[in-house]
Amino acid sequence: MAAKLILSMDGVVLKEYALNKERMTIGRKSHNDVVIDNLAVSGEHAAIVTILNDSFLEDLDSTNGVAVNGEQIKKHFLQNNDVIEIGKYKLKYLNDQQGQATAADFEKTMVLRGPIGGTKPAAKAGEDTTSFMKTQVNVTPPPSQTAATGKFEAIGAEKPAAGQEPRGEETGKHAAAAAAPAAVTGGAPPATVQILTGPSTGKELELVKNLTTLGKPGLQVAVITRRPHGYFITHVEGAKFPVVNGEPLDEHPHQLNDHDIIELAGVKMEFYFKT
Amino acid sequence: MNIEQALEIVSETNPGMVRSHNEDSVGHEDSCGLVVLADGMGGYNAGEVASGIAVSVISTEIKHRLQNISPIEREGSRGEELGVVLLRENVQKANASIYHAAQSQPQYAGMGTTVVAGLFYDNRVAAAHVGDSRMYRLRGEEFVSITRDHSLLQEQIDSGMISPEDARRSQNKNLVTRAVGIEPEVEAEVHVHEVQVGDIYLLCSDGLNDMVEDEDIGGTLQMLQANLPLAASQLVQMANDNGGRDNVSVILVKVKGEFAVPRGWLAKLLSWFKK
Repeated sequence: MAAKLILSMDGVVLKEYALNKERMTIGRKSHNDVVIDNLAVSGEHAAIVTILNDSFLEDLDSTNGVAVNGEQIKKHFLQNNDVIEIGKYKLKYLNDQQGQATAADFEKTMVLRGPIGGTKPAAKAGEDTTSFMKTQVNVTPPPSQTAATGKFEAIGAEKPAAGQEPRGEETGKHAAAAAAPAAVTGGAPPATVQILTGPSTGKELELVKNLTTLGKPGLQVAVITRRPHGYFITHVEGAKFPVVNGEPLDEHPHQLNDHDIIELAGVKMEFYFKT
Repeated sequence: MNIEQALEIVSETNPGMVRSHNEDSVGHEDSCGLVVLADGMGGYNAGEVASGIAVSVISTEIKHRLQNISPIEREGSRGEELGVVLLRENVQKANASIYHAAQSQPQYAGMGTTVVAGLFYDNRVAAAHVGDSRMYRLRGEEFVSITRDHSLLQEQIDSGMISPEDARRSQNKNLVTRAVGIEPEVEAEVHVHEVQVGDIYLLCSDGLNDMVEDEDIGGTLQMLQANLPLAASQLVQMANDNGGRDNVSVILVKVKGEFAVPRGWLAKLLSWFKK
């Protein structure tokens, strides 16, 4: 479950480390969690702070610096498969959450809170988190009361089993999840609307955005939405509804087919896919 | 203009593409300018129960109280406006109901809910929230969140540990630091904002803002503001087209006119008689 680091040099794996501590240090001296006995490595070279499922790498003002995926960094939010380079040594960061847990583990909303009436022992991890916030970031701890107590307890109020049903494409789903907000571009092939009548005859409007509005505000407006499985036109405002291939629309979205003719605010236009 | 004429309110809630249950609840009392949205958590159907209790307690209690008193009356030792006091007190009341249900019925143990609520009065909105459900405002071209999540991730952003850009890739998205119904008491965060004619307010569960970038949400609202029901269903559809991993709920409030509370001697006299 915990993320891990794989230490290697010249492609030969030397050792594996589980990131099971709040803060792990990397350096030449023997008290470090990850000891690399090489003169190019500083006594205390770098540290990795792990908070629940997220890990942050920090250069501890080392002489020769730290690179991640070829770029020098001071501080870095580690992502699965990142390669940390310290001198000739490489540390691969693996945090393959997808492969190791069910979807529901990630989707469920949980509450972080202090123990009731202080009867339960303080969660060790929580204390470390708070001290990290104080010492590493040099700011006062976050203002919320939970943080101020310095004692976190994660209690899971699990979401129902809905998301837990076995799904073959779990990995795919998580991969999609990471990229989800931006990844709307896939799916429908590029398409265009060309004006057929009126002063703008011949003008083309490429449907590059998820939403494209057409018409005259206040008079008649329609929107074309680009969705994974095609393009849809919907009436937005105005007393008259758009007409597609001679048929007026109702208030529901209407899927557009190649070479459909749209009439809107007195203008005719043609929808077609760019091939 | 009275509040019902001044505001246009629409809401939509959808289980999303992955879950079979919808644990979100939405409600609005148009006659008193109140909107409430809650995102529940807990096993089996406990999440729905918790969010349902929150929405119904807050809606019915506030509506009842405002039947014979104005939200601009000052109340209590702190001299706060009744509108603010009502929100705070009734979030607490919902908290007590959920907490007691969870304590007395084993199948509801550990259930809780986020809440975001808006009470519109006197050309202002009092916004109350607990957890990571949000309220956004579209004013002209500017689209901003006017609530700040009670979540571990937000605390990390605030303390400078993680940048807002990196936060999107965090694995710790679902950890709230405050929720309704988990502990005997909860403090809602309440702020009062001036309202302008033309503003659009969006209340949503994290099923929307986790799946759709703020920029796309704002752009969609701006484009479809002439047709509020279409804007609401478009937002839900965008979340689902991007994967719909969680329940998604939205409430949209459009300010169509001013709604100042009459303050003349006659109004005072009338309200005195109503008591």
